[in-house]
Amino acid sequence: MTDMLTPVLTANWADDRAWKLANYERRGGYQALRKALKMSADDVMTAVKESGLRGRGGAGFPTGMKWSFVPQNNPNPKYLVVNGDESEPGTCKDIPLMMASPHTLVEGVIISSYAIRAHHAFIYIRGEVLHVHRRMQQAVREAYSAGYLGKNILGTGYDLEVIVHAGAGAYICGEETALLDSLEGRRGQPRLRPPFPAVAGLYASPTVVNNVESIASVPSIIANGASWFASMGTEKSKGFGIYSLSGHVARPGQYEAPLGITMRQLLDLAGGMRNGHQLKFFTPGGSSTQILTAAHLDLPLDFDSVAAAGSLLGTRALQTFDETTSVVRTTLRWVEFYKHESCGKCTPCREGNWWLVQMLKKFEAGQAEEGDIEKLLDVASNIGGRSFCALADGAVACVQSAVKEFRSEFEQGYHTPAWELFPYEKSALFATNEGGRA
Amino acid sequence: MSVDAKDAAVQKSDLVSVFIDGTEVRVPKGTMAIRAAELIGVAIPRFCDHPLLDPMGACRQCLVEVPDMGNGRGMPKPQAACTLEVAPGMKIATQNTSEVARKAQEGIIELLLINHPLDCPICDKGGECPLQNQAMTNGRGESRYGGVKRTFPKPVSISAQILLDRERCVLCARCTRFSEQIAGDPFIALVERGALQQVGIYEEHPYHSYFSGNVVQICPVGALTSAAYRFQARPFDLVSTVTTCEHCASGCELRTDHRHFQVKRRLAGNLPAVNEEWNCDRGRFAYRYAQGDDRLTHPLVRENGVLRAASWPEAIDAAVAGLRAAGSAVGVLPGGRLTLENAYGYAKFARAVLGTNHIDYRSRPHSAEELAFLASEVAGRTLADSVTYADLEAAQKVVLVGFEPEEESPIVFLRLRKAVRKKGLQVVAVAPFLSAGNAKLSATLVATRPGAEAAAVAALPVEGDTIVLVGERAALAPGTLAACAALARRGGVRLAWIPRRAGEIGAIEAGCLPNLLPGGRPLDAAARVDVQTTWGVDHLPPLEGMDADGILRAAGTGHLKALVVGGVEPTDFADAAAVRAALEAAPFVVSLEQRVSEVTERADVVLPVVSIDRQAGTFVNWEHRRGRVNRVLRDDRVAMTDLRVLAALADGLGRDLGVRRPSAALAELDELGGWEGVRSATASAAPARPAPSAPGGLVLASWRQLIDGSAGNAGAPDLVATAKQPVVRLSAQTAQRLGLSEGEDVTVTAGRGDLTLPLAIEPTLLDGVVWVPGNYFTGSTGELAVRPGDAVTVNRGGVA
Repeated sequence: MTDMLTPVLTANWADDRAWKLANYERRGGYQALRKALKMSADDVMTAVKESGLRGRGGAGFPTGMKWSFVPQNNPNPKYLVVNGDESEPGTCKDIPLMMASPHTLVEGVIISSYAIRAHHAFIYIRGEVLHVHRRMQQAVREAYSAGYLGKNILGTGYDLEVIVHAGAGAYICGEETALLDSLEGRRGQPRLRPPFPAVAGLYASPTVVNNVESIASVPSIIANGASWFASMGTEKSKGFGIYSLSGHVARPGQYEAPLGITMRQLLDLAGGMRNGHQLKFFTPGGSSTQILTAAHLDLPLDFDSVAAAGSLLGTRALQTFDETTSVVRTTLRWVEFYKHESCGKCTPCREGNWWLVQMLKKFEAGQAEEGDIEKLLDVASNIGGRSFCALADGAVACVQSAVKEFRSEFEQGYHTPAWELFPYEKSALFATNEGGRA
Repeated sequence: MSVDAKDAAVQKSDLVSVFIDGTEVRVPKGTMAIRAAELIGVAIPRFCDHPLLDPMGACRQCLVEVPDMGNGRGMPKPQAACTLEVAPGMKIATQNTSEVARKAQEGIIELLLINHPLDCPICDKGGECPLQNQAMTNGRGESRYGGVKRTFPKPVSISAQILLDRERCVLCARCTRFSEQIAGDPFIALVERGALQQVGIYEEHPYHSYFSGNVVQICPVGALTSAAYRFQARPFDLVSTVTTCEHCASGCELRTDHRHFQVKRRLAGNLPAVNEEWNCDRGRFAYRYAQGDDRLTHPLVRENGVLRAASWPEAIDAAVAGLRAAGSAVGVLPGGRLTLENAYGYAKFARAVLGTNHIDYRSRPHSAEELAFLASEVAGRTLADSVTYADLEAAQKVVLVGFEPEEESPIVFLRLRKAVRKKGLQVVAVAPFLSAGNAKLSATLVATRPGAEAAAVAALPVEGDTIVLVGERAALAPGTLAACAALARRGGVRLAWIPRRAGEIGAIEAGCLPNLLPGGRPLDAAARVDVQTTWGVDHLPPLEGMDADGILRAAGTGHLKALVVGGVEPTDFADAAAVRAALEAAPFVVSLEQRVSEVTERADVVLPVVSIDRQAGTFVNWEHRRGRVNRVLRDDRVAMTDLRVLAALADGLGRDLGVRRPSAALAELDELGGWEGVRSATASAAPARPAPSAPGGLVLASWRQLIDGSAGNAGAPDLVATAKQPVVRLSAQTAQRLGLSEGEDVTVTAGRGDLTLPLAIEPTLLDGVVWVPGNYFTGSTGELAVRPGDAVTVNRGGVA
């Protein structure tokens, strides 16, 4: 069964001190860099384009195409910015990747910067994960010492400086323009587009912003070739990706597999749901993607199939919930997150999430009134698609899909508290016996 | 039906055609949909959008549907019209034709109101509130919100003048964008996030902006209020009058609101050619100076050495008796704050009634060189041949000589800043240091010691498309005005003189200078005949009169037998004590004033005149643009304008002034028209003063700050509390040489006295130069009888 897995990014995670440069090199690390630096920048970009790699941060925009938007006649410096502000509930792939094998990312950064002709790259890491920040800094320091970074890299004449930057802990800074504002030292709030970052991004210069996993995939594409990468996955979602299973599964963790693997296959790999329980619902790509149910167990988890099912592949963060879980309670917790993380710039997100939380609390407490479901959906419709950036779209996605899939549970919120319908201790992951605490 | 944008500068080929609710509009490329809709009278509701601020797209109130982007495809989500750039063939459906847009807008209004206190009945904005109005026009009428509202302790003092009620705020960021983009004063910013986001201040930096009142005016809710107006009135009880500001030569249009016979507030008018929609805090908040206890309400005459109340006939008779005795040995000092009409009254009174050219409106340090400069370069110009605000915005380079725009003509500052920010204007400042205001203009400093300006100007590498703005202080550095005039004769270089006071250009036009008749006429025979004909008099004095300093000297020595004095403060002159002594020694002084002053205290007859908000007239700004002053209030206690008083004096003297009302004065001045004959010769440079040779070689630099201890700021304590703290500035090196350190009190000794203020180290200040404010609340440089360029000494505080 494990032959369904395609460990590339995760291949060395179990190695002894995989994060050390020597151990990474022993596995063939930085060979892709040597190869790339012998190619022309355009050829590197073409290889990434031909591989079909799509952004792993959630939106799935073709990475090579994004690179080609950088105007090479712009006199300003070009920048590569790596988005490591992984903060979405459920999403937990970039942080372990950077923790386990930071050099994979560093190598990807150098190759990618070379392709877009950048001489400065920034790795923006979520503020709370200080240990990861330290590890990345250590890896970058090692890379400088080994001559992979700095002036005249490997004697090729190519120069690159890499700056590892810690955010201050804001979900919104995962939005690429807010990230750029934050990186410039301002409050992280999304910018008006156009201009797009490719034209005027960091310090108003052409900038490519890519997810950690996207950039980390680049060395393998260069090392093994675009066709190797494209041979995996589906027609429009090529390659492999890290699927992060969390929640009520027997063996939560990172499962690296070709795009298009199904939830049923992943659950099998993870040992199924926790003992004696059935899947109730799951998120395909973090809390901002519409929830799916057991009816979607055989849905190929690639960009287009998930979109066709009315959700989004997102970051492949599969939060799984069994039948002990109150969907009302889960939705409330998610929206509380969005309320807290709304940057405040635009009205629908700032005020709307404030309101949604209050409405959902009434549902949770069994104090909602007849008609409140319609009100909830109507208010959600006044938020989604009306806001400045996509944060609010994510917030209402979970509300709308929860009502769609489990309307009766919301109706029960007219009279019965969720904690009576679904005693909360039962859904605690490590509950050893029904109705009691571990 | 289709509508074209009416902008002559836009070529037809640059227009793009878009369809808004089915109506075709042709607008310049780059226009935002919300602006295009305005052209056909479609008002899309908005909060964060403001035509003079950069688009933001934050409030999302202006959502519209775009069924066709111009390429046949529609946009999947409603778009914010304020950030939606039109594209050829784009179809836009507003709330008027689109259910999607209507529902989206209703949704946003509802969301904006969930955390809004809805305290409209006690809110100053209620009745003129965009949130209230648009909630009525574009909202759902009833809220479905039953939850807990966000609350904050209220209010927060952003400054002594500006207060913030955070719970009313809709976080549109108009105020923060104004402070950053327009004023350039980072005094407020948005802080915190989510629903707790709020406008905050930089706590570690003292708040400072001369333009803070604008944020109250552009706030679309009642979140920002001013201490001056808070809780004073309801908008619907106010009566509004459009008028022109009396505080400086910028010439802002104002909207003055009154109720119960009191001015309640002043707002910036909407005059795109001048102040756009902004004004400065002095213009906005300093309007109570003539309503204090020192207001003169009845005439006074001196009897046995003491002033006593008198009736108008008695006071006029007393004044007439004194003037008749003086014959034509009378000096006239009208002051620089008069309307054009009142100034004309003084000019005509001096020439046609008294028979003298001893008239000078300049109640400030001045020079003979300046007199020649004003006659040749300033007088007789019109808006058509003057530099304008639009010219400043279009120029490549602007050179500032003896002129600090932010302090001395704040709207010129704002326009320069706009040009710097939007059009890449380069500003060059000939000054002793780079002031905070000029730093906001990204100005290049040509560091110049006071007195050395002429040489610095002559050495400027100026070529093509440059405007030189020279201030009134240039008169104090011999040769500077002549050097500026010489510069302006180079190809492509234009010159404008920008005085501080609102009445100066008008006074020049009216003929309130000893060498000029109305309309910029010289005193030659042809010009005199011209004026004599219109005035119906046989003779006008042919010889140039004395300037203000000369008049005062002559009055002090008895060569002049009487003085007629308008709004003049001794402390504004180069030597206040000399002015006081001259007024005391003068055989006879008639004072026309609004308030008790150092002049009225020394006058023999005091004739109260009406304040600016109670009379009609005209101010002429630095562009030579006329701004209409309209009567806001009637005042039954004091109804006499300067002009009317002068007419009464003329009657008593048996010579008809010919004009009694402002409208008649203006008509007569216009009938005289401009002078088409020979103009005064070009100003020639006066010999430079010898460099001061004081121990240590310190020279003084100084200028007036906008908000200081001047009489015009009286009655506005909250405004004055926002003034920059007076300091003495020295370079670090000079301070070190003198053993002085930042913040400690230092004493500057000069001329007739000394002043003690805290020391501020100014990194860009030239070594050996000491800067002090022209007025520092407890005194003025005039009090010390010291002028820029004079030698001074500096010691540790208290050691004179």
